[in-house]
Amino acid sequence: MDVKKINELFSKELKVINMGLDSFADNLRKEEVEVLHMGWKPPAGGSKRLIALLEKLDR
Amino acid sequence: MRANIEEVNQEAVSRIQRAKPELIDVSIAGETIPGMKRNMILHAGPPVTWENMCGPMKGAVIGGLILEGLAKNRQEAEALAASGDILFEPCHHHSSVGPMAGVVTWSMPVWVVENKTFGNRAYCTLNEGLGKVLRYGAFSDQVLARLRWMAEDLAPALKKAISRHGPIDMKSLIAQALQMGDEGHNRNRAGTSLFIREIAPDLVMLDESREQIARILTFIHGNDHFFLNLSMPSCKCTVDAAASLEGSSVVTTMARNGTEFGIRVSGLGDRWFTGPAGIVEGLYLAGFSAKDAARDIGDSVITETAGIGGFAMAAAPAIVKFVGGSASDAIRYTRQMYEITVAENDAYRIPTLDFRGTPTGIDLLRVVETGILPAINTGIAHKEPGIGMVGAGLVHPPENCFHDALEAFAKRYGE
Amino acid sequence: MKKILVRENAYYDSVILMLATKALKQRSGIKEAVVAMGTEVNLGLLREIGLLSGEVESAKPNDLVIAIEAETEEAAEEACRIAEEILKKKDHGGGEEGYCPVSLDGALKMFPEANLVVISVPGPYAGREARRALNKGLHVMIFSDHVPVEEEVELKEMALERGLLLMGPDCGTAILNGKPLCFANVVRRGHIGLVAASGSGLQEVCCCIDRMGGGISQAIGTGGRDLQERRVRGRMMLMGIEALSQDPETQVIVVLSKPPSEEVVATVLSKLKDAGKPCVVHFLGRKPSGTRGSVRFSGNMEEAAAMAVAFSKGEEYREGCGTLSEAEIARRVEAEVNPMASEQKYLRGLFAGGTLATEAVALFEQEGFKILSNVRKEPGIALQSPHRSERHAIVDMGDDVFTLGRPHPMIDPSLREERIAKEAADPETALLLLDVVLGYGAHEDPCGPLGESIGKAKAQVAGRGGYLSVIASITGTEKDFQNMAEQKKKLEAAGCLVMPSNYQAALTALHVMRKVTARWM
Repeated sequence: MDVKKINELFSKELKVINMGLDSFADNLRKEEVEVLHMGWKPPAGGSKRLIALLEKLDR
Repeated sequence: MRANIEEVNQEAVSRIQRAKPELIDVSIAGETIPGMKRNMILHAGPPVTWENMCGPMKGAVIGGLILEGLAKNRQEAEALAASGDILFEPCHHHSSVGPMAGVVTWSMPVWVVENKTFGNRAYCTLNEGLGKVLRYGAFSDQVLARLRWMAEDLAPALKKAISRHGPIDMKSLIAQALQMGDEGHNRNRAGTSLFIREIAPDLVMLDESREQIARILTFIHGNDHFFLNLSMPSCKCTVDAAASLEGSSVVTTMARNGTEFGIRVSGLGDRWFTGPAGIVEGLYLAGFSAKDAARDIGDSVITETAGIGGFAMAAAPAIVKFVGGSASDAIRYTRQMYEITVAENDAYRIPTLDFRGTPTGIDLLRVVETGILPAINTGIAHKEPGIGMVGAGLVHPPENCFHDALEAFAKRYGE
Repeated sequence: MKKILVRENAYYDSVILMLATKALKQRSGIKEAVVAMGTEVNLGLLREIGLLSGEVESAKPNDLVIAIEAETEEAAEEACRIAEEILKKKDHGGGEEGYCPVSLDGALKMFPEANLVVISVPGPYAGREARRALNKGLHVMIFSDHVPVEEEVELKEMALERGLLLMGPDCGTAILNGKPLCFANVVRRGHIGLVAASGSGLQEVCCCIDRMGGGISQAIGTGGRDLQERRVRGRMMLMGIEALSQDPETQVIVVLSKPPSEEVVATVLSKLKDAGKPCVVHFLGRKPSGTRGSVRFSGNMEEAAAMAVAFSKGEEYREGCGTLSEAEIARRVEAEVNPMASEQKYLRGLFAGGTLATEAVALFEQEGFKILSNVRKEPGIALQSPHRSERHAIVDMGDDVFTLGRPHPMIDPSLREERIAKEAADPETALLLLDVVLGYGAHEDPCGPLGESIGKAKAQVAGRGGYLSVIASITGTEKDFQNMAEQKKKLEAAGCLVMPSNYQAALTALHVMRKVTARWM
């Protein structure tokens, strides 16, 4: 079980990408964590059909 | 599978980056455009029949037929066009591009731009000017007279001047223009100025009279969009080198004919995916409004396809008022375009974004996934033929083009 | 008078939509209001309440729908305007600094140094995003729940292969490098590392550690299913333990979880033994079973904290961590029970934290009380309806059945306020046992509304000639933004007995209930 990267993370500064609720990003900023909040929305307009097509190409 | 597609896309974009478009000649359409015929009329956008053409395109076709002497007047031209004896084909099927109606006929002079790296060429007519011109569907005697002057006086002089000058590095001119407030589609004033600067010394040394040369320079000077017909074939031959790459999801063509908007994807070859051409959202010249507008039309969206135009919006402050009113709006659109493209342009850079390269290489998969459609800066034509430009603004392709293309792409390359 | 609007391609997250819906419903003249995305489920809901018009029928999942039924046209118009205003505050995308990328690729282009992705998007999409993030070599925290277990297994396999953290799905709490993530408290930095399969449990233990003078090196969440689901097999728990073993800053390891299968227990204990550091294990609801070398078992969460703090100081752990003397406890219990009416005989526990509820249930059961609850599904223990308390009941109000379409009780106290009123109306209710969770993610002033509703409840019972005992604990630290001291004052002002930990609150409640039961024997 290789946990080197996890221990590396412990020794570095957290740099966070926040995907979802923006309050989480706001709170991180209050704690002086560098965070980029995404404007996430369901992929392909939420269309299951299109997501399935994209998945076909993803794997 | 996605990893392989990414690799091939990198190759496609690499080809786009390595393009070296050079203006090498002015020639006659019939003598230089591959596959051109005397009874053939090229037009902008994906394939369309005479019956389905919009007003401005029909007007341009009528003008073209009269210009070629195939019809004497409007009625004859319309009858001929409907007869089946005239072949209508997209400019794109003949390595060409045309702004607005984009009509090209046999005897019209065309720019010849060669992609030095790969040897492929692209062609485009010379820009007639603004207002009542053929590309907006006007076909009056005045329009035809101007076209004849362009063929008999303007083009031959420019041909000789270019020959004297040697090939003109279009990539360099476009790159400079982008740093001077142009974006290469809807704003071309700097490009036009740079072109005159480049060609003037050679024009002046020709045998043509001073009056003739002055008339030529005045003509170019009076038309801010003169450079558009140069940036378009430059972009065309740039992107063509990335076409038909097996497995690539890079979009290599976007074009509209006033009725439909069409795209083509590298890994899907020549196949068109079309949807209804959109209504442009923008500002109108005094006296005009949205109810006067023609649907989105022209091959000029080849500029966005190559990473300039709407994709370099942040470089053009003058465009800003057409797309929402604040500089941050223009920057926001450009930032969105980075999300749907594969790379950042090596040559074309945006000063306000710290000289970051423009978003280049539109990726079909990213477009569908993010729901972000390519942003296009364009002029708005009047829906009646022959009136001209009535405004400018922002438009997006119909999303079904990309959905249909994804379906085909997944069918072909998905497991 | 119906007014229905569709705004194309305008996505908003569930929290803001619920807030907007709530704001509209509260307005006078509004009979019904829905502010939601045009998903199939929501369109079905609109159809059921008669608000599905022609335009809305073709709405897509990324389209916003505002549907209002009002008494007058003006009320409907005004409500629409209010909704748009609320949503506008959330609109991003203006200006350079404001640009919020839509794709992970786009985000990484803007922020290539990122090392952690926190995902709180709807469950059906979370797995896909997590996969992308892992493929890009990023550590991941998935706050979202309702991620299919097959996806969780696949994701944890990927994380294992790549040596990356995958905290979750359904991981509400973590503290990495001293920084609170999602729902978490601000705690002292120190040398105790935790790996927990429970959010509120992790919060409780960390806050107790802070209160006792200790500090946290790392607090890793594994998500609720990590040790429970046969197929997941505790993968992230094991990785977390390994990482803490290797972490020079961590001197004591604490493991917290509901009791896993024997097989998983064995692997976890084996890993802990190899850690070469003192370890404390707390399996909720299980009494400690001695020690296994360097691994000690605790009997409750506060004890787990106390053991960890003692070990981190190199001291021996001494039992008995109550801060009140036996005499003092007896005195308080007298004061609570004496004024009660004879019909009052039942305990009603209303919890926002699932693990905190579980701890209370475990204690009462260990001491011979029969408890009905929704924290377990076995017949005889499960409440017939979680919405209605029967006999001695302890309710986890963060359960799905309560939070569908409503914010979690940690975010919005109104859910519990309604229930408190219900319990107060029941003449057989003797005691309310509550938890309050502070910290990031929680309501900014939970004890304000809670204190008020406690006051009302007590007044109602007093009006009937009885006395409602209310006992609570506050999971938090004085560093949390809600101002813990102020929050405690508000509860005490309402007549609530506030204990320093969830365990002590449950223990005190137990003493009260013993006396209550003895009264009518």
